[in-house]
Amino acid sequence: MNSVSYKYISGPKYHLRAGIHPYDGKQLGKDVKIRECMPGRELAYPLGGHIGMPAEPVVSNGDRVNVGNLIARGTGTLSINIHASVSGVVKEITPRLTASGSVYDSIIVENDGCYKSIAYAKKKRHYMHMKKSEIRNAIKDAGIAGMGGAGFPTHVKLTPENDSRIRFVIVNGAECEPYLTSDYRIMMEWPEKIVDGLLIMLSLFDNAEGIIAIEDNKNEAIILLNEVIKRKMHSLADIYKGRIRITSLKTKYPQGAERSLVYSLTGKKLNRDMLPAEAGCIIDNVGTVAAVYDAVCFGKPCIERVITVSGDGICHPGNYLVKTGTYYDEIISAAGGLKDKCSKIICGGPMMGRALYDIRVPVTKFSSGIVCFMEDDISQQEESACIRCGRCISVCQMGLAPLMINDMANECCECGCCTYVCPAKRRLTQSIAALKTSRKCERR
Amino acid sequence: MKEGEQLNLYNISAAPHIRDDVTTASIMGDVCLALMPSVFFGIVHFGVRAMFIIIISLATCVLSEYVYELLMKKKNTTNDLSAVVTGLLLALNLPPGVPCFIPFLGGIFAIIVVKQLFGGLGKNFMNPALAARCFLLISFAGIMTDFKTGEMMWDGSFLKGADAVSGATPLACLKEGESLHIPSMFLGIIPGCIGETCLPAIFCGAVFLKMRNVISFKIPVSYIVSFSVIVYAYGIFCGKGSGLSFVTAHLLGGGLMFGAFFMATDYVTSPVTDSGRFIFGVLLGILTAVFRLRGSQAEGVSYAILCGNMVVPLIEKITMPVPFGREKRKYGKTQN
Repeated sequence: MNSVSYKYISGPKYHLRAGIHPYDGKQLGKDVKIRECMPGRELAYPLGGHIGMPAEPVVSNGDRVNVGNLIARGTGTLSINIHASVSGVVKEITPRLTASGSVYDSIIVENDGCYKSIAYAKKKRHYMHMKKSEIRNAIKDAGIAGMGGAGFPTHVKLTPENDSRIRFVIVNGAECEPYLTSDYRIMMEWPEKIVDGLLIMLSLFDNAEGIIAIEDNKNEAIILLNEVIKRKMHSLADIYKGRIRITSLKTKYPQGAERSLVYSLTGKKLNRDMLPAEAGCIIDNVGTVAAVYDAVCFGKPCIERVITVSGDGICHPGNYLVKTGTYYDEIISAAGGLKDKCSKIICGGPMMGRALYDIRVPVTKFSSGIVCFMEDDISQQEESACIRCGRCISVCQMGLAPLMINDMANECCECGCCTYVCPAKRRLTQSIAALKTSRKCERR
Repeated sequence: MKEGEQLNLYNISAAPHIRDDVTTASIMGDVCLALMPSVFFGIVHFGVRAMFIIIISLATCVLSEYVYELLMKKKNTTNDLSAVVTGLLLALNLPPGVPCFIPFLGGIFAIIVVKQLFGGLGKNFMNPALAARCFLLISFAGIMTDFKTGEMMWDGSFLKGADAVSGATPLACLKEGESLHIPSMFLGIIPGCIGETCLPAIFCGAVFLKMRNVISFKIPVSYIVSFSVIVYAYGIFCGKGSGLSFVTAHLLGGGLMFGAFFMATDYVTSPVTDSGRFIFGVLLGILTAVFRLRGSQAEGVSYAILCGNMVVPLIEKITMPVPFGREKRKYGKTQN
């Protein structure tokens, strides 16, 4: 830390009180460059799976589609557009299993292998010359949804009630989930996209400051982005100067959880009923920000994403640029296939991801990783009596007492810390999540 | 979907899919290890008899848990080592000269009555070992307060001169107004229960537990500090000579240190919240001071901890954490 200037890097306002330090396994995929993974003969585009209503198909059986063609339109307020990621013929629209475990109507496209693309914007558009509404429409048309996993439509997030109340635009590069390295690779390989994407979002909110939040175990990314910002600042219009910085966060799970992040960066405590916008914050994952850049500057729809394939059960762990609609089993074979004794495959990270029993499910915009484990003690582990050690309380970021699954259940963010530390191996998160679901049903 | 062809290929379970290595058995194992210095010193200091008491207590506790669960057709839980911990704690809380039926009876009472009848591990509201000790203390007051051993290997005479082993514990002497020898009290070369006398051994165990993240020092520190403050004030205002030596004698003399580090920190019978643990410790300090200074018996730690155990649910109720981003709730009222 001598000759280089680090003036764009700062520490967080507050440190997380609770949380855990699980084995992170990131060294498996950390230094593996992003490679492209080509899809197979057939791709599936589930119409649902994001937060809002399922999108409505605008193609029918036998229609020809090219890369980037709109195939389903998001009609509800929280819906998103869906585009074809290959060229080919629409085979059918039929219910298919998705990684979330639910069955959604899906558009099945037969890939002709030509990847014939529709024409995007010929020249790079410059966001500084675009109106705010143009930027928002470009994002909406591209069908971008939160790539961190929640699948919240980005154009909705970027359209709060009052633009001037937004004080912080936060790029979430914490990536606290063990094993996942896709966000880190995006930051390392496309740092300009991140910074430009953040500037695009800043141009929507005049009073906002841009923060790229990164855990301190990803120091290389912090230093690289600092360099990029420094370079960019010279050529920028005055209105952007001094409005962008990097925050180095303590490495801890669940540092990247939305409410934890807002607290670390601004000191504001959001409860379950509040959106980050109420604390003057807009938070987007690095993948989303990169997609925003592509959408606004090139009019490119959201048809591919970076996904980590990792764990001790996979032959060649790494990070892959995959087209949405590609089946998981094809990505797994592109990563060298599974080892013989692989017993568990998780969609997402090991803390909050979902175990898959069938890997013939398609990649969506919000699938962040595939983690394969050789040994799976967890599904065999037996629960024993609670010994009231209080560990679950001390790690709970939401200030709950998970050992007493009680009236506080609704506040749970399902980060899984309590279950992770429980010496009696009680399935606390599972019980609390089940209680939450049943409460939701009661209310209806 | 092709039915039946590709289903159940892989294991499934709810997230999280990774867990910490700590288990109930590993925690109990750590506690057993932490008690080893005290066990070792107890055997060296009080002789082979102490070893027999420890073995009887251990065997009784484990066997009664095994037999009870066998008879009640419950799942065998002896491999979680909690009965071993209870057996060790009970033995270390007994005078070395007790007849063999004492640890036997105590072990059965601790495991069957205090622990299993209330639902087993995690459901007992009193510390089993302490409850058994108090049961024995009430039922066999004579035996349980007789600290003559006759076969002590080191009787401490080289430190204090002859006639040191009168059989009365330092606390009893203190109650009678006799003067005490602090260094031998610190090293534990005094009459007392098997495990409670040697402070270096207790501290070794406590530091080990702290390093292994098994206990926090919230309860012991708040316990010892609040106790010292009260005793110090009492010593000054009630004319017990210098307050400081009075406090030191009280801290080193009885089962306070052992109780503070190993009994009061028992997970099941202490509060689960951090602030609750602090309140619990202070409460124990006050109760112990009251029992020792104004009570009819010399020792007060056991009763104080048992009384403290009773109010744990109340302490937890007022110290429940506030959910992130919510206002502090009114005590006892629930949200929604």
